[in-house]
Amino acid sequence: MPSAVDRLAVRGAGQLAGRLRDAAAAAFVTLVLALPLVGLRTVDQGGALVLETRWDWVAIGVAAVFVGRLALGLFAHLRLRVPRVVPRVAQGVAMPWLAWAVAGFAVALPFLPFADRYVIDLGTTLLIYVMLGWGLNVVVGLAGLLDLGYVAFYAVGAYAYALLALNFSLSFWICLPLAGLLAALFGIALGFPVLRLRGDYLAIVTLGFGEMVRIILINWQSLTNGPNGLPSIPRPSFFGLPFERAPAEGTTSFHQFFGLDFAPEHRLIFLYLLILALALLTNVFVLRLRRLPLGRAWEALREDEIACRALGINPTNVKLSAFAIGAMLGGFAGAFFATRQGFISPESFTFIESATIVAIVVLGGMGSQIGVVLAAAFLVLLPEIGREFAQFRMLVFGLAMILIMIWRPQGLLGHREPTVRLGRAAAPRP
Amino acid sequence: MSAPPLLEVADLEMRFGGLIAVDQLSLTAAAREITAIIGPNGAGKTTLFNCLTGFYRPTGGRMVLHHPNGALALDRMDGYRIAARANVVRTFQNIRLFPGMTVLENLLVAQHNTLMRASSFSLAGLFGLARFRRAERAALERARDWLARVDLLDVADLAAGTLPYGAQRRLEIARAMCADPVLLCLDEPAAGLNARESSALGALLLEIRAEQAIGILLIEHDMSVVMGVSDHVIVLDHGRKIADGAPAAVRHDAAVIKAYLGEDDDAALPPAVAADLRAGQGGA
Repeated sequence: MPSAVDRLAVRGAGQLAGRLRDAAAAAFVTLVLALPLVGLRTVDQGGALVLETRWDWVAIGVAAVFVGRLALGLFAHLRLRVPRVVPRVAQGVAMPWLAWAVAGFAVALPFLPFADRYVIDLGTTLLIYVMLGWGLNVVVGLAGLLDLGYVAFYAVGAYAYALLALNFSLSFWICLPLAGLLAALFGIALGFPVLRLRGDYLAIVTLGFGEMVRIILINWQSLTNGPNGLPSIPRPSFFGLPFERAPAEGTTSFHQFFGLDFAPEHRLIFLYLLILALALLTNVFVLRLRRLPLGRAWEALREDEIACRALGINPTNVKLSAFAIGAMLGGFAGAFFATRQGFISPESFTFIESATIVAIVVLGGMGSQIGVVLAAAFLVLLPEIGREFAQFRMLVFGLAMILIMIWRPQGLLGHREPTVRLGRAAAPRP
Repeated sequence: MSAPPLLEVADLEMRFGGLIAVDQLSLTAAAREITAIIGPNGAGKTTLFNCLTGFYRPTGGRMVLHHPNGALALDRMDGYRIAARANVVRTFQNIRLFPGMTVLENLLVAQHNTLMRASSFSLAGLFGLARFRRAERAALERARDWLARVDLLDVADLAAGTLPYGAQRRLEIARAMCADPVLLCLDEPAAGLNARESSALGALLLEIRAEQAIGILLIEHDMSVVMGVSDHVIVLDHGRKIADGAPAAVRHDAAVIKAYLGEDDDAALPPAVAADLRAGQGGA
């Protein structure tokens, strides 16, 4: 009769055999994939294409996968413990101080000693993404409609601004609301066909919509100048005072009016403060809407559409309003983008932009305003910091994203602040 | 002749392909009365609710609601309009709250249409006009009132999804009441409640009936609740009405006993109901 120790050893051996089999299977898959992908390579040899074999690389790859898989199996019990996703509870610590600190820093930034052109320019880019994130937050975070084509509204806003300013010489302050309005109309136009869709289906259709807009921009030569883009879009002026060293005859430029020396930073700082003001306005607007019946209906729709219908809420209107308002905010950001760059082309509005904005919203914690700021900072600044890694920086970026999703699957700030509290809102009855 | 009953359903039919879930069903429900709808599983009770509240479009028949503002043909209205215009509000067999929102927010969402009008579709609300602030205060007051009635004041600022089961059931009823119903349809409100909670639910329903000029339709399997509160019981089986009358009369009805017990096999019946039915027969 085998002793307990023997039996344990037998079981251990059985487990080892299983793991070896598992590792061998993984190595086999690697072999099949690597043979054509890694093993064969075409080289240009004196004008003729020659097939070169690299079996040593294949062997190294297969061996690495075998050893790695085996190690993963043997040391499975040492793996990182992933925290369970805690359900979102309405109660928790709000962080108003954090929001105020971030806002204060953002206002002071251009006047700080280390703020050179690069910093201000980076800050402007960051704020564009923050504004886009807040706009998309209405659609994804509040209304729960996964929109993967948000960049389409950004593009509509940018092109609307550029075309209005170029063809009708309207000023920035007239073009901005028009661009937002046009983007909102596009939002409704997208909203109608997708009213019945939810989840994955909605994501796919909106993704297609985003691509459609980009392809139309490329092909509608007569209007958009196709892939060449629209150059020399008018820059915004400071209430009629242009930022130029030598203003045109009969106009005063900003530095002349204020008796300053001309500095190219003036325009940069003005643009930075302009997008900061637009972003803060967006924030106040969205926060305010969230506390109104419309905002609550968005969140209710995200939670349970059937219950909404049973309570007499028109889901069509609620969804369309979310699409329209989200699109309008994206359109504002697009108009600003166009005036800041002075040149736009369809290349600025690819799917990767939509993906980045969705990542900002999801990473920030769906529906959290300050979370969007942190996530935007993370997503915009990390690639900048990672510039030293050159071609590996997207790899580092991806790794960082995966780690964050493992440790904080609810987003950086997944806390939801109630829109109203009983204690504060209604005075106790006499 | 007296005023027509609140709800008149005539020859209602709902087919799903070859399956007839509701078959030539006619019934009435009066205001200030609790009308219970009982029957074995699959009898078509929830299908009837889904037709009444616009989730299904019936394949035949008429449903007329004698609303204080005039008669409305429910079979020609769809979806949210039945709740918004006809004020027929329902609860669900498997509770459907807004789990991530607070208890108080759930009650405010129920008052969406009133508040939306007061906020001029958000414009008055964005600028914080007095008219909207007044309406919001009134909505909060109403929510607070219902929270006190269903004993949920202490948890008003907690996420609805974190409440225990019984509290979620009460919240769903409070939410339906905040939506200003003329006809309230409750789909198995006592399911999953213990005896004490069930009797509290019965008391709440009687209170609502006494105070509000509304009709209540109640689907329920818990016979103690049904017999305790209903003014009128309708029994369905295989989509047809097999009995209709006062609770005491219905429980002695031969067709009802047969539907629940089968011809000579009472295994299908929950023991408590069987005992209750037998006691009723013995007493008669």
